[in-house]
Amino acid sequence: MARLPISEEELIERFGPHLNEAPPGGWNADLDIDKVVETHCCFCGQQCGIKLKVHDNEVVGFEPWYEFPFNEGKLCPKGVKRYLQGSHPDRLKHPMVRDETAPGGFRDVTWDEALSTVVSEIQRIQATYGDDAFAMLSGVSLTNEKSYLIGKFARLALHTANLDYNGRFCMVSAGAANKKALGIDRASNPWSDIPLADVVWVAGANVAETFPITTSYIWRARDRGARLIVQDPRVVPLARTADLFLPVRPGTDSALFGAVLHLLIRNDWLDRTFIDAHTVDFDQAMAAVAEMTPAWAEAITGAPAARIEEAAELWGTSATGMLLHARGIEQHTKGVDNVLAAINLGLATGKFGKPGCGVTTITGQGNGQGGREHGHKCDQLPGNRDITNPDDRRFVADVWQVDEADIPGKGLPAEEIIEAIHDGTIKGLLSICFNPLVSAPDTQFTKEALEKLEFYSAIDFFLSESAEHADVVLPGSLHEEDEGTATSGEGRIIKINQAVEPPGEARRDWEILLDIAQRLGRGEHFRYDNTEEIFEELCRASSGGRADYTGATWQRIEDEYGLFWPVPSVGHPGTPRLYEGGVFNHPDGRARFHGVPYRPSAESVDDDYPILLTTGRVVSQYLSGTQTRRIGGLVEQYPEPLCEIHPILADRLGIANGDLVTVRSRRGEMTLPAAVVKTIRPDTVFIPYHWPGDKAANQLTIRAVDPIAHMPEFKVAAVSVRRAEGGAK
Amino acid sequence: MTTTRYGVDDRPVFVIDQSRCIGCEACVQACAECGTHRGQSLIHLERIDRVVSTQTAPMVCMHCEDPTCAQVCPADAIKQTEEGIVQSALKPRCIGCSNCVLACPFGVPKYVADFDQMMKCDMCTDRTSEGYAPMCASVCPSEALWYGTPEEFAATRRGTIVDNWLFGRQSVHTKVFAVVDDLGPIDALDGMTGTWLDDPFALEG
Repeated sequence: MARLPISEEELIERFGPHLNEAPPGGWNADLDIDKVVETHCCFCGQQCGIKLKVHDNEVVGFEPWYEFPFNEGKLCPKGVKRYLQGSHPDRLKHPMVRDETAPGGFRDVTWDEALSTVVSEIQRIQATYGDDAFAMLSGVSLTNEKSYLIGKFARLALHTANLDYNGRFCMVSAGAANKKALGIDRASNPWSDIPLADVVWVAGANVAETFPITTSYIWRARDRGARLIVQDPRVVPLARTADLFLPVRPGTDSALFGAVLHLLIRNDWLDRTFIDAHTVDFDQAMAAVAEMTPAWAEAITGAPAARIEEAAELWGTSATGMLLHARGIEQHTKGVDNVLAAINLGLATGKFGKPGCGVTTITGQGNGQGGREHGHKCDQLPGNRDITNPDDRRFVADVWQVDEADIPGKGLPAEEIIEAIHDGTIKGLLSICFNPLVSAPDTQFTKEALEKLEFYSAIDFFLSESAEHADVVLPGSLHEEDEGTATSGEGRIIKINQAVEPPGEARRDWEILLDIAQRLGRGEHFRYDNTEEIFEELCRASSGGRADYTGATWQRIEDEYGLFWPVPSVGHPGTPRLYEGGVFNHPDGRARFHGVPYRPSAESVDDDYPILLTTGRVVSQYLSGTQTRRIGGLVEQYPEPLCEIHPILADRLGIANGDLVTVRSRRGEMTLPAAVVKTIRPDTVFIPYHWPGDKAANQLTIRAVDPIAHMPEFKVAAVSVRRAEGGAK
Repeated sequence: MTTTRYGVDDRPVFVIDQSRCIGCEACVQACAECGTHRGQSLIHLERIDRVVSTQTAPMVCMHCEDPTCAQVCPADAIKQTEEGIVQSALKPRCIGCSNCVLACPFGVPKYVADFDQMMKCDMCTDRTSEGYAPMCASVCPSEALWYGTPEEFAATRRGTIVDNWLFGRQSVHTKVFAVVDDLGPIDALDGMTGTWLDDPFALEG
């Protein structure tokens, strides 16, 4: 039973998070540098180039990598301090099994004992309850090679349909909408297109804190005279100097986009030639927005009609424009709708497939792009193929040299896997780099689910809050301890280079999976001597698929500072900008408009829960914080969650800056300090989500998901706020 | 493509454009990582008034031609290099009196009690002397802190760079430049009124 072996406090004492403040040997060590390794930051989908300095198999510092063209040496604070995740006192170095009697609640065991236990439990659960009763949850901090391997491992070694990944909580709405409308799930443009745009529209993306490097691209456009529109419930740092701010109420983005399309049509700011030649179903989009007047949208969104009109005019009359969006419009029960409504604006004005033109998601996780292309998802096979499509299944079965019937069908998405664990359908779990106790909605429910597992094994490098529940912990590898590729938010395949060996008995993640496959009797499908062989097989398996890596090689990726897929043949130059010439990736080459009627979020405010909660990130922390909550400088920058609240609302509730407030939803409540700021809508509070336990914002969020993408609604919940008992500062 | 390494004849300059700052603190974190800083961050990042705005302002030493800090130092502890870099107080000479801290018109020097010494930005001498950008300007994601030649700036950036300042009757000429929209008197409120910033959330109807 996957309950905590000992108290949370005792676990923290042994496994952290402790803070790593200084490089190995301290600041005055003056160590000789053995080598400097060109690689990338492990935090976020921008995948900035960085050089890691190595001494005696430890990363001891960094140097800007000026030559890497995406970021030219620039880094955010997470990138600067990323090297401190290595040589960390909390690093897992031995396989362990849970043991209430052992100090720290876990006992070191040999790899043989650990893997024997894992394999016998997989076999027991599958023999007792069926193959699909054992699930796997994975993460896209992993390389393309590992993501591909996990897809194959789950289907052929575990023989389970139930594999999904944590991108389900991140970019999956954008991916689904892009595939529906445009036929492919990738950013429409390389970032070098942003400076060519005459208008840059940032919708639901706190670029300054979550993708800081993108700020420089936006400024390059502004240096040319571009106008900047920011759509957000908060005056985020990028908005501070924006030409136009659209203060949208959480959950109403599609209404705003709908009104803008309404205005584009009313004022004939349309590219009718483009619409006629390169799209279908404009009439459906038009019909859906017929009644979406600016006044209607003002009432729904809270953004003044005049500003919506100004946005429509800027977008509709500019020759070029880029609309960048992120989790702010995607983490909704209508995340797919929101993105489709944004894409409609690009299609209506012909802003695709040209320099400085595009509507694109900003991928969030480190390998959020590559990790969602090669079979890591419950409904997907490599090359972004469809696991339910007979042709796609046959193609991949041939590459894998198995019978097509050996590949399981579509499995459950991540949140539904957690629900199936909770309802007892799924009994066993193997997770890798996924910390749902922090990142999944409704923390209490997730905890209950984990505690119901008959067997849980976690592969990770630190003991995350979820891994604390594991029966067997397998120490895997950090980003800098293995090599492979990742694919950045631009769609640029890049090379991750190994700087150091895994410490102690820790092993590379792929070697662990190969060993488990071997012990499960499926070793013949997993014969690789190195990760380059996995990449070569990935490329073959992707060939002819939507995400086509056929012509990519590690050598080219390094030589050319990355390679934009599709690379459909050997020697192909890659495809930085998609849809050139108005050719989209549907069989008829045309993009699809979608009619997007407005519908409310899963939860609305009422007398009991009269305030909207929206969640997000801060610049110094990354996702569930498993890495960044262990790095001193980053923790000092923003040590604990704060509840942002507007002075008008704070005054009404008798709350002063710094007071402890209790925020309550139908799922739970949490108490945290208030940050009274005029930069948030007065009907909304904001809490960042990077922390566990009683500091977890997800204690409050709702398990409702998008019907298509199965993305949980992290961005809208109804809450009440009051000053905590004795909470005055 | 950014120039990665400058030659002496390129005469690169350091430019601050505080309007671009996003408060991410990459500069603060990176400053501590410069080879000679040994974990001590010497750049300042001021949060102006978080209740009202996310505005933040990074501040490096302006490296004055005739530095006020050195003028007021009773121990003659503050020296300039040949390249015009004003250094932290010489440890053996510094008496910790904080005259420099009070006198600097830009508020740059800080007395660091742990070291009993005035410490301040040294423009990453170890990097700039080799032709590389200082750490803060290398990493700054918004290019609020920028290092390059005046020609590169003029070719790619808005605004004018200035290195002359008037503090009452004191005229100061700095090695570091700041960005202004136009030459002439600066109207601190220009561009701040009559825009959405007056009322971001349209609360006043």
